[in-house]
Amino acid sequence: MALQALLGCVALLLAAAAAGIGLAQRRAATPAIYGVALATSVAALSLALGALLAPPRLAATLALPIGLPWLGAHFRLDALSAFFLVVANLGGAAASLYGLGYGRHEEAPARVLPFFPAFLAAMNLVLVADDAFTFLFSWEFMSLASWALVMAHHRRSGNAAAGYLYLLMASFGTLALILAFGLLAGWSGAYDFAAIRNTSPSMLMGAAVLVLALAGAGSKAGVVPLHVWLPLAHPAAPSHVSALMSGVMTKVAVYGFVRIVFDLVGAPYWWWGALVALAGGITAVMGVLHALMEHDLKRLLAYHTVENIGIIFIGLGLALAFTANEMPAAAALALTAALFHVFNHSVFKSLLFFGAGAVLTATGERDMERLGGLIHRMPQTAFLFLVGSAAISALPPFNGFVSEWLTFQAILLSPALPQWLLKFLVPAIGALLALSAALAAACFVKAFGITFLGRPRSAVAREARETDRWSLAAMCTLAALCLVAGVLPAWFIDALAPVAQALTGSHLPERHGLDWLTIVPIAQSRSSYNGLLLFLLIALAAGLAAAAIHRFASSRLRRAPAWDCGFPDPSPATQYTAGSFSQPIRRVFGTVVFRAREEVHMPAPGALDSASLHVRLRDLLWDALYVPTARVVAFAADRLNAVQFLTIRAYLTLVFGALVALLMVLAVWQ
Amino acid sequence: MIDRLALDIAHLCAGGLVLVSFMLLYQDRLTGLINTFALHALVVSFSVAWQAYIQQAPQLYITAAIALGVKAVIIPLALHRIIVRLGIHRSIEPVVSIGQTMLAGIGLVALAVMVMLPVTAQAGTLAREDLAFALSVILLGLLMMISRRNAVSQVIGFMSIENGLILAATGAKGMPLVVEISVAFSILIALIVIGIFLFRIRERFETVDIHLLHQHRGEQP
Amino acid sequence: MAIALALAVQLAQLALVLLLAPLLTGYVRKLKAHLVGRQGPPLLQPYRELLRLLRKDVVLAESASWLFRAAPYLIFATTWVAAALVPTFAAGLVFSYAADVIAIVALLGAARFMLALAGLDVGTSFGGIGASREMMIASLAEPAMLMVVFTLSLLAGSTQLSSIAAALQAPEVGLRVSLALALVALIMVALAENARIPVDNPATHLELTMVHEAMILEYSGRHLALIEAASYLKLVLYVSLIACVFFPWGIAGPGQGAAAYLAGTGVYIAKLGVAGFALAVFETAIAKMRVFRVSDFLGAALMLGLLAALLLFVTQAT
Repeated sequence: MALQALLGCVALLLAAAAAGIGLAQRRAATPAIYGVALATSVAALSLALGALLAPPRLAATLALPIGLPWLGAHFRLDALSAFFLVVANLGGAAASLYGLGYGRHEEAPARVLPFFPAFLAAMNLVLVADDAFTFLFSWEFMSLASWALVMAHHRRSGNAAAGYLYLLMASFGTLALILAFGLLAGWSGAYDFAAIRNTSPSMLMGAAVLVLALAGAGSKAGVVPLHVWLPLAHPAAPSHVSALMSGVMTKVAVYGFVRIVFDLVGAPYWWWGALVALAGGITAVMGVLHALMEHDLKRLLAYHTVENIGIIFIGLGLALAFTANEMPAAAALALTAALFHVFNHSVFKSLLFFGAGAVLTATGERDMERLGGLIHRMPQTAFLFLVGSAAISALPPFNGFVSEWLTFQAILLSPALPQWLLKFLVPAIGALLALSAALAAACFVKAFGITFLGRPRSAVAREARETDRWSLAAMCTLAALCLVAGVLPAWFIDALAPVAQALTGSHLPERHGLDWLTIVPIAQSRSSYNGLLLFLLIALAAGLAAAAIHRFASSRLRRAPAWDCGFPDPSPATQYTAGSFSQPIRRVFGTVVFRAREEVHMPAPGALDSASLHVRLRDLLWDALYVPTARVVAFAADRLNAVQFLTIRAYLTLVFGALVALLMVLAVWQ
Repeated sequence: MIDRLALDIAHLCAGGLVLVSFMLLYQDRLTGLINTFALHALVVSFSVAWQAYIQQAPQLYITAAIALGVKAVIIPLALHRIIVRLGIHRSIEPVVSIGQTMLAGIGLVALAVMVMLPVTAQAGTLAREDLAFALSVILLGLLMMISRRNAVSQVIGFMSIENGLILAATGAKGMPLVVEISVAFSILIALIVIGIFLFRIRERFETVDIHLLHQHRGEQP
Repeated sequence: MAIALALAVQLAQLALVLLLAPLLTGYVRKLKAHLVGRQGPPLLQPYRELLRLLRKDVVLAESASWLFRAAPYLIFATTWVAAALVPTFAAGLVFSYAADVIAIVALLGAARFMLALAGLDVGTSFGGIGASREMMIASLAEPAMLMVVFTLSLLAGSTQLSSIAAALQAPEVGLRVSLALALVALIMVALAENARIPVDNPATHLELTMVHEAMILEYSGRHLALIEAASYLKLVLYVSLIACVFFPWGIAGPGQGAAAYLAGTGVYIAKLGVAGFALAVFETAIAKMRVFRVSDFLGAALMLGLLAALLLFVTQAT
């Protein structure tokens, strides 16, 4: 029943999208569309929660006579789908709530309103699809709807190029997925997932499917080196759509990968895990290093999506490696860690993008070098953004820490793996994970510190106003979730148990029988974590300190100019900027990873021209991978240009030749 | 219990040698480098002496004494004197940065372990470990030779390779004669190589000096 | 009854670390002064400094926000909780299951996060330089620390400090290169995290060399007292951590009675004394390094941590 109701929600969203086309010019359209989207998302969220928390014994399935005539459209709602539906609809509901306020500032609502519900509907459809055709159709629909949203402000510089690159990479990803499903379906052409599950491909075929799934779903999720479009396209969209793309659509891509690799392909080989975890480790570090070099607030957040996708893929890779070696408990731990991080990232990334959107509405600026001091003008947004920053930096007692802690616990189990390569590789990946976590903290000190703290660096930052109540409500909800999931992770991990059970045949110890909602990955003597107790202890210690100071110490306070070692300067330009903040890290890591070079131009003594410093960064991946590809394509296009100027007879010859060649292939094949 | 302690100490020596090899990679000053190399030789000689004790092979004591006397004392002293006399610049120019070199070093140790452990599956505990560590020391020495511009550090890299060979040879029981001959031979080689390098050092640094002078005077070379 | 006793031990530890922290710092300062032939401040000077700061007014910069005023309490609280979760004189603390060593590292990370933000809050160049360098140092120190944790958990099969301490006391662990490497790496991390020479100089106010001091330049009065107390606590925490993992002798087990606890306290104080002495000698003997040499220093710690884990595989395979 839940499945039918969910499809009803999808239909409602599609209807809202259609209505959005007609009504977009009216003033009432914005609240109406976002209101419908909010209500529908909440309904879908509760349905999905119901399916996840009280799972029926058999997964609900449904076949509708639409789509390919001999196949129909199959839908299915199992634990995995239900979990991702929760993530997607939570993000969707939050974005709709935010949109109620943020959407009023939209300059071109007709470019956003129809596509927003369609995007939500498409993501829901991907998550319940149960045959290759429906899956790919919804996937492509999702890509196109989000592309339209990226192009909403297409006249702004850079957005058109971002949209173009996104379209190219999305097509590439879908191509890879089509090939993967083609291989999975085999000669018989059985495209529904139930049939695919029953066949087990050969080793070579399985490997090809893995690589194609990693390329297809990975390009959508932002796995390095297929991440290039993401930091351009995600920030180009309106902020609540950025939040959806970063927080939810990348998770739908993760779902695609998990569905294919854990569910459809069959038993994995150990090196699959090595490949996926290594890709994850590299993605995590590259993502956060790029983010550190970035001064555009939204683009910085988008690069952090790349980082977090890397962390998720580390967990998934470990789960594959453990499954291949028949260690179900460890596999369940790694998978739970990855899925919990999926949830956590969707929550805090949406929150952060909402915060960035609030800053954008208040100041019209995305460049951190022109912001600063916003904590005085926008105290609530600043506080909520701080919560999100702490969560994404994996600081206890917030939720980001719990999932990274679980991932570390999974890494610590790797010595039990029999393969030497994994034994050596996984600790190195652990080092990469630790590095990315530490760098993420540095990056968010920068993002929050330069944007919200200090003194305003421009007039717009000085004049900023607090954002509207709808936006604050959406951010508050997500921030509260960040804290709850960090303090009471046991509830969330229990909710993930059916998913882990279905995919790995095991799950984490349940919270019954453990005191105080402690979480225990394997055994209590090995490791345990209790967010609630930690939170209470910190609160108690801080309270104790505050009380003691209030009681015994001086409580007088004077305001005075900043001390600054005796040389305070009223100009805000003397503050540290985002560029100067990341300079030490740029020097340590950037000289290798980005070939960072600094050129200092000092005028001669007595000369009047100003000194300048230029920093040159090179994206080596872009230079090594994309530029040559583009060159080859351009060359081929040049050569093929001649084909456009033939006579009709020549064209007919080409068609005829192609037909004969195909017939000959058919004849030879049989 | 005693047996266990003996194994532990042997293990500590071999592992310590790998650690000192990393310390060699970390140095950015010539004096520090030479002192660290003396430590390297000290560890090797202690390791050989310990092997002599637990294997009851007195001839290994000679090897240990040679290592101690020549490589831990004479060669470092000689190098210090040479540096003073030739007035060589005291800092080491790395071709690749120290961090990257160490990272590569970790990779090499992992490689050595991965190669050695499966190959020597039937050998004894200590021999396997020693072989893996010795291969690591050799690879680290090679890495040092290719990643440092300075001729002295190349010499030291070479001699640390030789220490690794000694470690490998003493860890595997039952070839004392080969050990002695190889040690004597390698020291000979080392001395010859040092001699050759000394000439090169002088040549090289004179040219470098002149080059520097040109720059300081602001002339076009 | 048992619960009440366990709770009492935990509270005693909370109080003990807080009381001992200024003493350790005073002791190190005194020793350092003696080593360079000066008289040095009295042993109890840090306590006096804290009290004096508590009595003083707070002079708050005009551009400071609420975060600047809230940060000291959070920094102090997280550091204190972290320090109280490391076994000092007794193992098996009642709250120890709330946080393993990874969580303790993360708690310190949270304190640092707040401190760096507080450094940026006033909007001066010194606060910025301190915050920026602190985060650069942390970005290398944290992975190195986690590699040490990896090695320890490989040996002990646990990331709980009590279990690690118990496992490393067992005779079959023996002498291991990996442990030595992990110890060196942990000491290097501890030096960096506590802003000691050669990474930072706790005594200097020379602008361009300071990291920690630059961040707290704008603090005064009770806020400064809290931050100073937190940094004393952090030193105690790292010394306790090293002592409990690598020198786990003399820690009282759970429920061993008052005599064992007293003996444990005595041994613990002796360990603090030895560690303080070693720190003072080391700091006197060595020079501070340039900021950009720190990355090599901590990179080396990271490599040592990785190497320790690698070498452990060799031994365990044989």
